[in-house]
Amino acid sequence: MSEKILIKGNEAIAEAAIAAGCRHFFGYPITPQSELAAYLARRMPKVGGVYLQAESEVAAINMVYGAAAAGVRCMTSSSSPGISLKSEGLSYLAGCDLPAVLINVQRGGPGLGGIQPSQADYFQATRGGGHGDYHIIVLAPGGVQEMYSYTRDAFDLADKHRMTVMVLTDGILGQMMEATATENGEQTADNRQEKPWAVGGVRGERARNIVNSLYLKPSELEATNLSRYEKYKQVEETEQKYDSYLLDDAEIVVAAYGASSRIAKNAIDEARSKGVKAGLLRPITLWPFPKKAFAAAAKKARAFVSVEMSMGQMIEDIELSIRCSRPVTLCNRVGGMVPDPAMICEAILNANKEATA
Amino acid sequence: MSVVFQKTPMLTDAVLHYCPGCTHGIIHRLVAEAIDELGVGGRTVGIAPVGCSVMAYNYFNCDFIQAAHGRAPAVATGVKRARPDNIVFTYQGDGDLAAIGTAETVHAAARGENITVIFVNNAIYGMTGGQMAPTTMPGQVTQTSPYGRDPKTAGYPLRVCELLATLDGTAYCERVSADSVKNVRAAKKAIKKAFQNQIDGKGFSLVEVLSSCPTNWGLTPSAALDWIRDKMIPYYPPGVYKDTP
Ligand SMILES: Cc1ncc(C[n+]2csc(CCOP(=O)(O)OP(=O)(O)O)c2C)c(N)n1
Ligand code: SF4
Ligand SMILES: [Mg+2]
Repeated sequence: MSEKILIKGNEAIAEAAIAAGCRHFFGYPITPQSELAAYLARRMPKVGGVYLQAESEVAAINMVYGAAAAGVRCMTSSSSPGISLKSEGLSYLAGCDLPAVLINVQRGGPGLGGIQPSQADYFQATRGGGHGDYHIIVLAPGGVQEMYSYTRDAFDLADKHRMTVMVLTDGILGQMMEATATENGEQTADNRQEKPWAVGGVRGERARNIVNSLYLKPSELEATNLSRYEKYKQVEETEQKYDSYLLDDAEIVVAAYGASSRIAKNAIDEARSKGVKAGLLRPITLWPFPKKAFAAAAKKARAFVSVEMSMGQMIEDIELSIRCSRPVTLCNRVGGMVPDPAMICEAILNANKEATA
Repeated sequence: MSVVFQKTPMLTDAVLHYCPGCTHGIIHRLVAEAIDELGVGGRTVGIAPVGCSVMAYNYFNCDFIQAAHGRAPAVATGVKRARPDNIVFTYQGDGDLAAIGTAETVHAAARGENITVIFVNNAIYGMTGGQMAPTTMPGQVTQTSPYGRDPKTAGYPLRVCELLATLDGTAYCERVSADSVKNVRAAKKAIKKAFQNQIDGKGFSLVEVLSSCPTNWGLTPSAALDWIRDKMIPYYPPGVYKDTP
């Protein structure tokens, strides 16, 4: 059952969390994600849920840590500077293999940066963010509909793999309004998932559960890391996700995610009208990066262009995925500036010229 | 033969790792007895801090979460909001609760979170080898205040009960001491009340226990208890600072 409504990206994420059965949200205000929290502050009490404004992002992520340990679906959201503060909690969530959902509506950095859209947190997101060997799953929606559906999916993925799933978006997508199909019908708190590891009191029925990431014996700590990386290998194998546009015969492959990918599509049409066979490969999972799709594209393509609102971050994953077998150039704007189609088109034409020369 | 004393069921059989003469062990027992006497062990979730009591999860016979340094009240908030029928308590040292976790402590209290906080004040960072804590007293020598804490450069200690008593959200806070039989009994009563308050839905309850660290104070266990009496109690007077009926 679905119904199309006109909704803002940030609100679509909030509504998707409700649809996923999330009834616990812990937040802290920051532009450009504030509508998300405001929406849930209105919505949660209506569905018997908890909206709690924490004293900081550090506290919010630790509330998520507690709620996740207690076995409920829970979420927190922020924007770039706030995500830095959440990194401690992300590392602990990973160390305890707890499922949680985190939203980053990125803005420009470093430091306080700006409040305009950016993709400069790519490294932070895809490399985990906090200390220690760990990963989080990172989903990059390309529009409001996907913000809804991938946030919905994020909760399932989190529970399935007992990992944090981040929905990585930006100020453009967060503020954008689009017609979006949402689920309706009965929305109940989703605590159906069996979570035999969760705390909640032994109630005379089971051995006690301990949620902990401390292992003073190096051999034991190593073993937890190794088994966690077995899980990550499985996730890399099964969860890579991407989308494409005019990719089949593409000689110049444009790689872009999120807001950048929307602009890149226009540039690809423009390049095609000038006789260059360009196509788009849009990663949807940034971790695991869709390596297989890139490796396959490299077999036919002559060059790649990484379109980013960052100083060349995703480009490293492209080069790794294709083992530097083709030239990869960067086309970017940063600090809240957005690449325009003409600039991307020029980058495509240049890549084509160099590949031909 | 009749049993005159035995381990309370809320304590596991694990051997405590605390130093000889450390009163962390006594405080563990008081907490465990309180939970057992109230009969809520089956629905209790404890939150362990970072500090000497980081492995409290090995000693308490209930579900447990180990939290990041200072974050236990936020973690407890998450659990309590997710499972309001759980009895949720944190067990934290002074560095954990009154330095790195001050914001989490004050705001959990300000929100009136219906949780129980056991605050072990030993005026030192025990686990890391005896550095100055937020509760280290003026003149007290530690590894990082080798000439004695000088308030001119190192500032003044925090009196947590006095601070929290000003907040509307705090239902109950009391300072007790683990230095003598009499005071240990009073501590037990306070701890039990802090749990009873949670059962009754009264809101944020905290018990501060003045505790010894013979190892890092460089004192024998009995001299350390004297030091609590002679130095700490005058600076941190025991008593009920807030008790909302
Ligand atoms: C983020 C972080 N900073 C610092 C530490 C190091 N550390 C471990 S225990 C501790 C002090 C604990 O002192 P206290 O809370 O007073 O507990 P006690 O050991 O005295 O019982 C510190 C600073 C840490 N583990 N994590
Ligand atoms: S270092 Fe101090 S606080 Fe820690 S166990 Fe030893 S005596 Fe107790
Ligand atoms: Mg201490």
